[in-house]
Amino acid sequence: MKLPKEAIVERAFQLSTIVSGSITFLIFSFMFYMALPLIREGKIFQILTSTWSPLDDVYGILPMIITTFAISFLSVLIAFPISIGCSSFINEIGPKQLNRYLKKIVQVMTGIPTVIYGFVGIFLLVPIVREFSGKGSGMSVITAALMLSVLISPTMILFFNDSFERVPASYLNAAEGLGASRVQKLIYVIFPNAKKGIIIGLILAFGRALGDTLIALMIAGNSTQIPGSLFDSARTLTAHIALVIAADYESLEFKSIFASGMVLYLFTAGIVIVVRHFAFGEKNTR
Amino acid sequence: MNKTTENIIAGFSWLSTILLLGAIISITGYLCIKGYSVLDFRLIFGDTKVFDALLLRKQVFNGLFPAIAGTLVLVITSVVWAIPVGIATGIYLAEYANTAVKGIFNLLFDILAGIPSIVIGLFGFALAVFLHKHVSQAIKPCLLISSIALAFLVLPYIIRTTQVALEGLPEDIRLSALALGATKLQNIAFVLLPKSLSGIMSGVILAIGRCAEDTAVIMLTGVVATAGIPRSLLSAYEALPFHIYFVSSQYTTPEELQTGYGASIILLAICVVLFSIAFFIKRRLTYMAFYRT
Repeated sequence: MKLPKEAIVERAFQLSTIVSGSITFLIFSFMFYMALPLIREGKIFQILTSTWSPLDDVYGILPMIITTFAISFLSVLIAFPISIGCSSFINEIGPKQLNRYLKKIVQVMTGIPTVIYGFVGIFLLVPIVREFSGKGSGMSVITAALMLSVLISPTMILFFNDSFERVPASYLNAAEGLGASRVQKLIYVIFPNAKKGIIIGLILAFGRALGDTLIALMIAGNSTQIPGSLFDSARTLTAHIALVIAADYESLEFKSIFASGMVLYLFTAGIVIVVRHFAFGEKNTR
Repeated sequence: MNKTTENIIAGFSWLSTILLLGAIISITGYLCIKGYSVLDFRLIFGDTKVFDALLLRKQVFNGLFPAIAGTLVLVITSVVWAIPVGIATGIYLAEYANTAVKGIFNLLFDILAGIPSIVIGLFGFALAVFLHKHVSQAIKPCLLISSIALAFLVLPYIIRTTQVALEGLPEDIRLSALALGATKLQNIAFVLLPKSLSGIMSGVILAIGRCAEDTAVIMLTGVVATAGIPRSLLSAYEALPFHIYFVSSQYTTPEELQTGYGASIILLAICVVLFSIAFFIKRRLTYMAFYRT
């Protein structure tokens, strides 16, 4: 039999669990509630598939969706080889004494605020891109993608590193016993055994790039066209939300940001579900 | 595999490491070179005397003091919401919940952890609009709304670190107090929680770092460029990360831009120290660190 005090405390714990769990739904319902007029009037589809031209009273977010994916995809494309190279360095290739410090540096890098990447980007990276492309302001898709790749690399490296370290030592010893070099161990033993971790790390990094606001807001240029080249100015969904906020509450423009919010929510939730499926298979618990 | 291919692979590995280090050294080095000359009391307190500012006797107009104070108050209020709820939830999931319940809530908190901070900011904004319409005209985006939204943002970190720390305790620690006749709650309060304190603390420190650096949530929920020291929970406020963003987009004089560099160095130092401590306490934090969006 339970003591009353025990039961009360358990109820309190349970209540806070239910409250925290419902936040996930609460956030979505608020987005949905605010975007509801769009859905009721059947305008949601138009908003998702048309361009942003306020003069024609069309407030579509398609350019932002495309830009979000373009920038995230590019940044993962840049960051992935570097992260694989770097985690290989930390795990096998590099000198052991150096690697401890390197890992510390990478860990600390995960704590650098994104607003600082954006700030340095404006004054350091933007002029370089401007020089290189020879046109425009230098605020472009590639500028943001480059900075984002610096943001997501450390976390990708740590994640890869974790999955490299989980490869059983006996496998590595066996390969070593057969005369495998460091690179051969990496290619034939570590990579194949850490494949799952590498894929999960990639997807998570993509999600992280997708959700970042400040870098794109500060150095992607924020024009509302669909970007035609790497050096075009463009606006992501996240930056779009940050920029439109001052509008009139009843306008279509204002409601469109909640459509943006819903799109972002659903994509990141989808990524989480895919990753969990990959990581745990049929099991539900960690 | 021939020797050349091997050398190319090893060379690539060296190259990517050098590239990454190069990128991070240029970013931090650039900040320090540009900003170190402004790092003094004038940067923080402007023309006001240090003690007058600290005792709130005089307002600071051209320094970072209001932004630093705003960030401090914001972090404290957010963490005050998030810690009790987060730890209680972590305890429930680790010690009371059955497998099915655990599975559902783990999924919910993973989704919550993955939601971009700007979306949580947008939620906070919608909440303020909703409360303004239906509860009280006095509520508009303010410190209170920001701290609630930020608490939502960091809640999953605290829950997860608490849960993982508790679940990682070995069976003999778990059972010995129970064998001596302790109740479940006594076991949790006097044995399991103290044993997993370091894990829980690392989560709390990560959460503090996250609150201090986040810009996206607060820019939709009440932060402004000039507000002075926050007077109440229902007032607008300044914050360091927003100051950096604002200066970068709206600066008019070189001096104003310089305060941006100064603020960046201060914020960078705060976050690097907090993250180092968190990683020092608990080495396996990769999973947590990943979800910061």
